[in-house]
Amino acid sequence: MVVKGRIVWVSGPAVKADGMSAAKMYETVEVGDSKLIGEVIRLTGDIAFIQVYESTSGLKPGEPVVGTGQPLSVLLGPGIIGRIYDGIQRPLDEIAQKSGAFIGRGIQTTPVDMKKKFHFVPSMKKGDVVGPGSILGVVDETQLLKHSILVPPYHAKDAKLVDIVAEGDYDLEQVIATSEKDGVKVPLKMYHKWPVRKPRPYAERYDPTVPLVTGQRVIDTYFPIAKGGTGAIPGGFGTGKTVTMHQIAKWADSKVVVYIGCGERGNEMTEVLVEFPHLIDPRSGRPLMERTVLVANTSNMPVAAREASIYTGVTMAEYYRDMGFDVVLVADSTSRWAEALREMSGRLEEMPAEEGYPSYLASRLAEFYERAGRVRALGSPDRAGSVTLVGAVSPSGADFTEPVTTHTIRFIKTFWALDTRLAYSRHYPSINWMQSYSGYLEDVSKWWKENVSPEWYELRSESYHILQREDTLKEIVRLLGPEALPDEEKLVLEVARMIKIGILQQNSFDKVDTYCGPEKQVKLVKLMVKFFKEAQKALKSEVSLTEIRAMPIITQLLKAKFEIPEEQLQKLQDLDKELDEQFRKLSAGGSKTEEVKVVA
Amino acid sequence: MPETTAGIEYTKVAEIKGPLMVIDGITKASFDELVEIETSEGERRLGKVLEVGFGKAVVQVFEGTTGLTITGTKAKFLGKTMEMPVSQELLGRVFDGLGRPNDGLPDPIADKFLDVNGEPMNPERREYPTSFIQTGVSVIDGMLTLVRGQKLPIFSGSGMPHNILAAQIARQAAVVGTKEDFAVVFAAIGVQYSEAQYFKRSLEESGALRRSVLFLNLADDPAIERIITPRVALTVAEYLAYDLGMHVLAILTDMTNYAEALREISAAREEVPGRKGYPGYLYTDLANNYERAGRIKGKDGSVTQVPILSMPADDITHPIPDLTGYITEGQIVLGRDLFRKGVYPPVNVLMSLSRLMKDGVGEGKTRSDHMEVGNQLYDLYSRAQEVRALAEIVGRAGLTGTDLKYLDAGDMFENYFLKQAADENRNLEETLGRAWEVLSTLPEGELTKIKDKHVKQYYKGSK
Ligand SMILES: Nc1ncnc2c1ncn2[C@@H]1O[C@H](COP(=O)(O)OP(=O)(O)OP(=O)(O)O)[C@@H](O)[C@H]1O
Ligand SMILES: [Mg+2]
Repeated sequence: MVVKGRIVWVSGPAVKADGMSAAKMYETVEVGDSKLIGEVIRLTGDIAFIQVYESTSGLKPGEPVVGTGQPLSVLLGPGIIGRIYDGIQRPLDEIAQKSGAFIGRGIQTTPVDMKKKFHFVPSMKKGDVVGPGSILGVVDETQLLKHSILVPPYHAKDAKLVDIVAEGDYDLEQVIATSEKDGVKVPLKMYHKWPVRKPRPYAERYDPTVPLVTGQRVIDTYFPIAKGGTGAIPGGFGTGKTVTMHQIAKWADSKVVVYIGCGERGNEMTEVLVEFPHLIDPRSGRPLMERTVLVANTSNMPVAAREASIYTGVTMAEYYRDMGFDVVLVADSTSRWAEALREMSGRLEEMPAEEGYPSYLASRLAEFYERAGRVRALGSPDRAGSVTLVGAVSPSGADFTEPVTTHTIRFIKTFWALDTRLAYSRHYPSINWMQSYSGYLEDVSKWWKENVSPEWYELRSESYHILQREDTLKEIVRLLGPEALPDEEKLVLEVARMIKIGILQQNSFDKVDTYCGPEKQVKLVKLMVKFFKEAQKALKSEVSLTEIRAMPIITQLLKAKFEIPEEQLQKLQDLDKELDEQFRKLSAGGSKTEEVKVVA
Repeated sequence: MPETTAGIEYTKVAEIKGPLMVIDGITKASFDELVEIETSEGERRLGKVLEVGFGKAVVQVFEGTTGLTITGTKAKFLGKTMEMPVSQELLGRVFDGLGRPNDGLPDPIADKFLDVNGEPMNPERREYPTSFIQTGVSVIDGMLTLVRGQKLPIFSGSGMPHNILAAQIARQAAVVGTKEDFAVVFAAIGVQYSEAQYFKRSLEESGALRRSVLFLNLADDPAIERIITPRVALTVAEYLAYDLGMHVLAILTDMTNYAEALREISAAREEVPGRKGYPGYLYTDLANNYERAGRIKGKDGSVTQVPILSMPADDITHPIPDLTGYITEGQIVLGRDLFRKGVYPPVNVLMSLSRLMKDGVGEGKTRSDHMEVGNQLYDLYSRAQEVRALAEIVGRAGLTGTDLKYLDAGDMFENYFLKQAADENRNLEETLGRAWEVLSTLPEGELTKIKDKHVKQYYKGSK
């Protein structure tokens, strides 16, 4: 039965309607004469509270509300990759075709082109047993992505395939297979729908142990995230959240990227749209757009759809995970999503908890991050896929004690703390190395040892130890000046500076520096550690600190990150030799030059 | 919007509180609808519907509720949202904060009427901003480059010369090598008469007034009107840009007054406040204004926004600058210390940022070393500031040779690069030339942010 109610109250994105006693919680409804899309978020008697995903300007009491019987769902099938959607999976290009450069209202769209033909190659045959998650066959969604056609998770178990089409070109509305169980025949197409607020099921969960390699030194080497893991990146405005998200979306070694622009700038989405088709994935040689899907609900788009965008994105991510892919989802910014929750909660006059946020903020955050994971997918053949979730957090006043940050920290394992002071001094990415942490460090070290270098863990620890020492020494320097320290400790400051500039700082906008592969990361760190040890030795053999500071190798080491591209890593060997050579000369030079002190 | 509700008049005022009026007996009214209020004395005011249910509507009165009465007040629901009549004739005109002429001239003939709230620009149709605007101000051009379609606010404090800087930008801004149509839209939001006058005169003197549209809501004008002022201004800016193909520079001053008006309404509605009493939707509301900057694919014009706001007690973490910074594409922060030292423009470069600089500079746009020079200058000044702090403790004598060089380079940066006259228009070559002169006082090995080939080409110092 179709629910038909009537608007009785309008306030911004919140609408109340009566005559709604038959409505279901979270059912989507058409609101008003212009059929705006909304969702039921509370039921009291026959009154439904509806959040409306479009601007309600001009809406009147008395206008109709009509139920759809369906919860908010996304369409899952080939044709998603490369697209840009709003928060409820409406393609923005289609909206633009219908309403021009500015987003109109009540526009009907389909998430993917239902008429487009894909070349389907069956991988099952008549008589095979099918169930939730079985792979019926594959199509090339893009040149980079073989898209498996999945039997929907809600399909019966142990059914029999009674029909499947031969290899050929089919569109999404054509029936490609038919299953049967207990006399019930089910037609199967290349797509199905799934409600966004419900996590897609899987067979089994695995521990995340493989790092997501992002090509960002401070992340991969110092605070790694694992495939299927969770991470948060909080920071005040302009500290580098979005740039880091873009970097992960560009360079992470995952198969699919879901980028959610949630209540952020329009131009940042445009930037991805402009840049990604021209950026080449270093592993496949194909444009990055062929593995990326964008969900854009910018800050000036309706606030309720912003709330939904996170779920729309993560459901699409889970779908590709179920094909056996590693998927990374970045959400910029979860704070804007939380604010959308707060705004709706306020309009519903719910009792607020801290700073006006609803009391269920923490549980909603937990539910979201819980959708990350490395899993064995349902159905055959056996396959593992992962969803890695990374959320930006925008704390008001850059204060990490505010509710969204504090609650997020409880549910994530990698914490990249952005530091306004580092950003002011143009140390980018401004990830504070003393405040940040990764819960995956031990888990992923095996991968690094086996695949990149047996010394990885030691090198990381040794270089990190230098940074830790500097952190304590800094206090003394602040009070007494650097001259109060013995030379050995001054050297620690010097090398810490080198690690900061040469390793931690990474310029996303430099053609070479933007991506630093695992091998280069290890080698650069190794050179720094070696420099430190050699310099310590030199100091002991009567070489002065001034002489060490004047070594030309220092500037070379600091510039290696952008002067030596990935294809010329052998040049790092040359640097290594040069380092040896310069130290040899120093100690051979023998006579100790006086520490030059400038007299004021 | 369907015309059915147009012109219905109600007389049942149930409640008046703060800037709000609750009207009973409503049969047909829509959310956001424009309302014309007639006081018992026959005076007309405008308002809009904030909330509507059967039989009841909450109306926000722009000109304030002073003098309104429960009986005798009439409210006419106009069946449309607030609109601004637009046409080319707006150029050279002065309007009040609601978009009504206040220069004594007749209403301009409208080409069309536009909803002042605008609609969100579809990110898929945005053209990414990449054209460098030369402002002639070294610190901006060299380190905080403005590009067409950017929103770059000035964060200021009471008494600091944000107006002088904004006016200098308005006068000098040019895209090198082009002669394109430009216009200035200026919105005064609760500022003093003298400040608005300063702008007007500055535009007049540079001959830009006839290409400008001014909206004035002054300090003694109704506060609630300020909610509308940036919206009418930006509506006109969008029209000039996307309908007439002009490059528009929109200056909004002072957004702090705007946010305070918003807070006043929120308080009257008894909403649960976010930080410092500002409504939880302040971010979204500000974004609805600031996001109205940009360029559109296939259209010639652009809207570049320079909002100005004063940070209460110079506190950048205050919700207004904070949320603004989260929305805009960077910020130019004025610093009290430099201002006291008499440096103009007193830009605190370390706290300032232009996020679109990377897209507007470099090979083929400005000069291939531009970005690196900017980065190195930041590094230089940041080191210089550290050394200054250290020197206060240990004195110059306790500093090493390199530190001393940074100390001097920092002074030179402030006096030779940053500092300039309010009517001094430096081209980019001169700006970068000065930058290299400052950088060349450091040892070559310190230039770790600059590619070797650029060091070879431009560095003039000694090893
Ligand atoms: N790794 C980096 N390399 C070079 N520049 C960087 C890097 N990270 C950040 N930046 C600089 O910092 C600026 C701000 O970064 P970004 O836009 O990511 O900040 P944000 O934290 O997302 O801010 P907001 O919360 O306001 O969105 C960038 O425009 C860029 O100039
Ligand atoms: Mg950002």
